Amino acid sequence: MDLLYQIFIDPFVQMVQVPDLFVQTLWEGLVSGVLYALIALGFVLIFKASGVFNFAQGIMVVFAALTLIGIYTQLRGWGVRPGDLAAFLALFITVGVMFVLAVGVERLMLRPLVNQPDIILFMATFGLTYFLIGLGELVFGGDPKVMIADDLHLPHGSIDFKILGGLVSLQKIDIAAAVIASIMVATLAVFFQKTRIGRALRAVADSHKAALSVGISLEQIWVIVWFAAGIVALTTGIMWGARSNVSFALQIIALKALPVLILGGFTSIPGAIVGGVIIGVGEKLGEFYWGPLLGSGIESWLAYFIALAFLLFRPQGLFGERIIERI
Amino acid sequence: MRSPTGNEIAAGESILSVENVSLAFGGVKAISDVSLDIRKGEIRAIIGPNGAGKTSMLNVINGFYTPQKGRITFKGETRTKMRPHEAALGGIARTFQNVALFRGMTALDNIMTGRSLKMHSNFFWQLLRHGPAMKEEVEHRRRVEDIIEFLEIAHIRKVPVGVLPYGLQKRVELGRALAMEPDLLLLDEPMAGMNLEEKEDMSRYVLDVNNFYGTTIALIEHDMGVVMDLSDRVVVLDYGRKIADGTPDEVKANKAVIDAYLGVAH
Amino acid sequence: MLYREAGQFKSTYEADAAVFPLRQDRIGIAVILVLAFVVIPLTGSNFVLSSVMIPILVFSLAAIALNILTGYTGLISLGTAGFMGVGGYACYKLTSVFPGINIVVHIALSGFFAAGVGVLFGLPSLRIKGFYLAVATLAAQFFLSWFFIRVPWIYNYNVSGAIEVPTRTFFGVVVTGPNATPMARYYVVLGFVVVMTWLASNLVHGRIGRMWMAVRDMDIAAELIGIRLYPTKLLAFAVSSFYCGVAGALMVFLWLGASEADSFNINQSFLILFMVIIGGLGSLIGSFFGAAFIWGLPIAMRVAPEYLGLTINSATVEHLQFMVVGALIIFFLIVEPHGLARLWQIGKQKLRVWPFPY
Repeated sequence: MDLLYQIFIDPFVQMVQVPDLFVQTLWEGLVSGVLYALIALGFVLIFKASGVFNFAQGIMVVFAALTLIGIYTQLRGWGVRPGDLAAFLALFITVGVMFVLAVGVERLMLRPLVNQPDIILFMATFGLTYFLIGLGELVFGGDPKVMIADDLHLPHGSIDFKILGGLVSLQKIDIAAAVIASIMVATLAVFFQKTRIGRALRAVADSHKAALSVGISLEQIWVIVWFAAGIVALTTGIMWGARSNVSFALQIIALKALPVLILGGFTSIPGAIVGGVIIGVGEKLGEFYWGPLLGSGIESWLAYFIALAFLLFRPQGLFGERIIERI
Repeated sequence: MRSPTGNEIAAGESILSVENVSLAFGGVKAISDVSLDIRKGEIRAIIGPNGAGKTSMLNVINGFYTPQKGRITFKGETRTKMRPHEAALGGIARTFQNVALFRGMTALDNIMTGRSLKMHSNFFWQLLRHGPAMKEEVEHRRRVEDIIEFLEIAHIRKVPVGVLPYGLQKRVELGRALAMEPDLLLLDEPMAGMNLEEKEDMSRYVLDVNNFYGTTIALIEHDMGVVMDLSDRVVVLDYGRKIADGTPDEVKANKAVIDAYLGVAH
Repeated sequence: MLYREAGQFKSTYEADAAVFPLRQDRIGIAVILVLAFVVIPLTGSNFVLSSVMIPILVFSLAAIALNILTGYTGLISLGTAGFMGVGGYACYKLTSVFPGINIVVHIALSGFFAAGVGVLFGLPSLRIKGFYLAVATLAAQFFLSWFFIRVPWIYNYNVSGAIEVPTRTFFGVVVTGPNATPMARYYVVLGFVVVMTWLASNLVHGRIGRMWMAVRDMDIAAELIGIRLYPTKLLAFAVSSFYCGVAGALMVFLWLGASEADSFNINQSFLILFMVIIGGLGSLIGSFFGAAFIWGLPIAMRVAPEYLGLTINSATVEHLQFMVVGALIIFFLIVEPHGLARLWQIGKQKLRVWPFPY
């Protein structure tokens, strides 16, 4: 009886009694949700255009961030002043690196595997992940790095609200992240729906052969898409790194994008945001209000169970398309 | 054969009848208010232009699609909905338009899977692959080899089906369906993509199955010559509706059928 | 000339249905068994036994487990390490609670605990198909990882969160604990692996294996033949998790002699997945190839620079290992998606017609 009370009544009572804490937790959930959504966005881009589930998206985030910091450090070492010049120069160069990565992946991984079933490509991205982990550690070292947020002119500090009888504190960097993410989502959504290239991307996602037969160059499309995913990864890396340091542990957190995708659908750009927010908020609230019951750390698996529950009731996700199999 | 109610179904009596069945996918009406019956021991052809709903009809009989309206009576038992597994248990087997073989296995193994319903040795003996498990394997292998000989595919039995030419794949698929020792065999375009020689072989197999094993057969087919030669009765579908039903000669002369095939607007 | 089948006629279906119908294959298996049971223990150093053979055998068993689930039945699983952990900790609790019962019995029993957990997390497979099922196994993996740390009962309230393996004997020989010799441990592991591989082989070659493969290849067609999908999938989860559990128990008790809270994490699940991919999905012998390859490669890479006269520091070697493994996975998928097992088969084919080219 007491246990039932603890599960079903207590947490809600707490939420009401200390509302500022509730809002704060809600906000924290929103923020991590936005970051999950950004990672998921990278997945969606690649999946939408090539049917490949890019398991390496997480490591691309880390790799992009590390490259940025690494190049910045090198530039400063060569005497480039002032700091923000070095930062934006590094940013520019990193974008170039992501382009080279996209070309490399297309040339060495996607092209040789062009007609293989999706599962093979999925497993190839596992290989890519390991390769990038090794390369990243080799070139940049394994210890956590600090993101160059200040030199990139990202805001710091917080805005505090005295409401609901207490204090709610919103970090400016988080607000910036939410804004940037929204802009990105909107841009990409428009891009896919309205432009010629966007249409070509959707064609490729449907059928490689059909797209080829109408003259769409698969290679170009894939480079574009992986490059775009790389940009998204870079943005995610910057935003995430600005809140906490950049380390390889981030790569595992990226796995959380999977529940986000399940909720939002693998091919829906707005779905990535919705899914991300649901997972982020669900996770934080769950950890904060129900966590003490089970022992802390349930954040590590709660997201997957949320996704699992959704799958049982709606196997194609909230926004996904119902697949009717014809035989 | 006995129906679940225990009465023998005599040759010539209806083994399966479909009453007022309608099936739609979203806004697309695949079948509109169709009734037809299949008599025991006959070869029944379902024909019609593309998109007429023929495969959908087979899928309904098989239990793969559930019609929004109508009933199916199989071996005396009437129901609105039948799961695929129940259809198999009841003695319905089928082949598919796009050969639905298990590509990771050899021809022999594919046909052996058709015996799944009849193999019961338990998990323990399977672990040891001895005693009852081995006896069962050999016994069913014997039956499957009979089918392999009948279909003249002994030379490719150990070949993975993925590398076989299309015509042989269709034969293996027929073998798998036969391995189920079905009372009703549904064939979805068994001759599709075959040359004249292969068609003659396949026709011979279909007739032999019907004659030797007494299996009732319903087949979808586009080749009119085959349909007229093989079938006892024909039903014609067009745009999801039944437009003719009778012997091959009757159907051939039917004006509505001729119009449908020539594309005359009606 | 060496590998000719000519002259070997089977006069019964029973003979034809044997797992190794060719005499040469049977001789080959006999040779391997002699190597494993006699030659290696006598000639191998303690290092070879402890750090090469035992790990490879344990991982082979885990790879077989994953192969049953993913390779034969087509159910993607990223929870292999978690299920192994269930076996490892179950064995630990069993020996704590029932110290008098033989360790071999406990190891076998821990498989059942893992099987139970596996079936539990396999229940969603009724509604969830293909790739989405990976999420259920991820949920299992992360939940179990968390469980092994957060539930102190599982490691007998040990302050460090780690478990140490007690000394146990088998027919008078010390096989677990700090005093167990590598050779004793090797034989126990080898015994388990040989027996369980034989059982798996029997299953896979019979009607259950065919059912699994049918579900993998085209589950709609399987259903229409009369194969019941859900029980077949759950059976795959049960058997696979059983094997995971035993592998986990062997890992803790006969290889490491201990286990840390984080031993059975997601990275290990990936490692075993790589073994199965490189070894060949849907192949028992591939499981051994994959395990040997993935385990042996880093060792080779660590030792090679010495032979080549280069000095590379160990951290760099580790990073290079990641890169090489990653690149090799991509390479294999391009060149031979069916892994080393297929290359082995092709090799045998060539041997059949040797010295002719085809």
